[in-house]
Amino acid sequence: MSTLVIAEHDNESLSPATLNAMAAAQALGADIDILVAGAGCSAAAEAAAAIGGVGKVLCADNAVYGNQLAENVSLLIAEVAAPYDNIVAAATTNGKNIMPRVAALLDVAQISDVIAVESADTFKRPIYAGNVIATVQSSDAKKVITVRTTAFDPAPADGGSASVEAVDAVHDAGLSEFISQEIAQSDRPELTAAPIVISGGRGMQNGENFKMLEGIADKLGAAIGASRAAVDAGFVPNDMQVGQTGKIVAPDLYIAVGISGAIQHLAGMKDSKTIVAINKDDDAPIFQVADYGLVADLFTALPELESKL
Amino acid sequence: MKVLVAVKRVVDYNVKVRAKADGTDVDLNNVKMSINPFCEIAVEEAVRLKEAGVATEIVAVSIGEKACQEQIRTALALGADRGIQVETEGGVEPLVVAKLLKGVIDKEEPQLVILGKQSIDGDNNQTGQMLAALANMAQGTFASVVEVDGDRLKVTREIDGGLQTLSLSLPAIITTDLRLNEPRYASLPNIMKAKKKPLDVLTPGDLGVEVSKHLTLVKVEPPAERKAGIKVEDVDQLVDKLKNEAKVIG
Repeated sequence: MSTLVIAEHDNESLSPATLNAMAAAQALGADIDILVAGAGCSAAAEAAAAIGGVGKVLCADNAVYGNQLAENVSLLIAEVAAPYDNIVAAATTNGKNIMPRVAALLDVAQISDVIAVESADTFKRPIYAGNVIATVQSSDAKKVITVRTTAFDPAPADGGSASVEAVDAVHDAGLSEFISQEIAQSDRPELTAAPIVISGGRGMQNGENFKMLEGIADKLGAAIGASRAAVDAGFVPNDMQVGQTGKIVAPDLYIAVGISGAIQHLAGMKDSKTIVAINKDDDAPIFQVADYGLVADLFTALPELESKL
Repeated sequence: MKVLVAVKRVVDYNVKVRAKADGTDVDLNNVKMSINPFCEIAVEEAVRLKEAGVATEIVAVSIGEKACQEQIRTALALGADRGIQVETEGGVEPLVVAKLLKGVIDKEEPQLVILGKQSIDGDNNQTGQMLAALANMAQGTFASVVEVDGDRLKVTREIDGGLQTLSLSLPAIITTDLRLNEPRYASLPNIMKAKKKPLDVLTPGDLGVEVSKHLTLVKVEPPAERKAGIKVEDVDQLVDKLKNEAKVIG
């Protein structure tokens, strides 16, 4: 049995998500090769070759793959996939964009957001925003899998010395063009990748008061999130929403401030390793999932917390 | 341009879904069902394109049992012009949904197809991308801004850590993210009017699609429960616990 891992990278270096995907591939127990598709991506390919346990690195270095356009990269993967039993990628926005397209080209199902490998054809994955864990068995000869990165500890980035083979196939579907990309230049980490997240809810009362979270976030190196109630009330923009219909996060520490703990919010954060809740309502459901609950007025607790960190 | 919008009937987002005691499936008895939130955003976007004079006709399509006509009527009440139900039984996998939608595309020949990025039941996030592959069309997934630009489509996408803007040739497939728009509420007169709008029913056979099965649901179970936490007395104790017990801050 053999597995092809699709590397996530910026041409210069590998994204850490690649190592989580690698760990899931190792759990499948097959021989593992890695595909690096990009433009000027030899540095990323060399980084992939250094990962322990990699058989070989396939490097498709061409301008048409430079911006990871799904229409082009999916054609490449579908071709390169021919000898492999499993095609594995991290369930990042890039993996989610490309892999279903690959699965459809191969006429197989995709198993999304896998959190555990039970056997070569059986996997666990969250459904209903993690309220239920489903075990699914695939009858496809070729399995296309995306991996929830927070569920697999990263494989070691070194210890290997795989060969790098060039892949000459050039697939330009001619359907899409890259215009621009803006990666938020914040000093704070990205919400879904942050080791610590502090979120505010309706209890924050207005958008201005979210500034009270910023001082704490700066001290902790945390990202700032919000509940749907805070977003719906117009305190903060939609992209900060943590919850079933927003972003799913699983940081080491999640601090919920003025959040009652509606189901839809819990679904987005309850896999966090440690949960802190600060709420003045002793009966708020958030306390049922919190490791540490502080019943307090957030307007006195937050400044005190900031001063003591 | 003609716009096709796909809508799915799912458990309402406010319902806490549980696994059945025997672990065979989730318990959906007497559970409130609604239009998938991301599909609602898709319908809203199509209606806005029509209001802007870009879209000329909006066709809402749903795949499922007869009950999903309710969600098609919701789309019609929000502003879609007519509906199509593709009648299927039980759960249909995303690949098959994509094949059925490809069949509808072949019949209707829309210039733009808008879907939600994922449904909040299966959380697969696959159908739009699969449809784009089968139809050999460009895809703009996780869209937060959609602008028609002559004979092309400019789409801003939500990606990890930021935004990406692409130019797509038409016809194209769009999947919606939360920031794309805020859906309106259907007015009572529009709900009444929606009952009179045309709704066709097709079978997979009409579309030449075989409903295949690639995945078997072995079991469902609740996620690992969190062990009960404690209440701390004050901020000092909280900071102490985080530093010395949980060891999550320095």
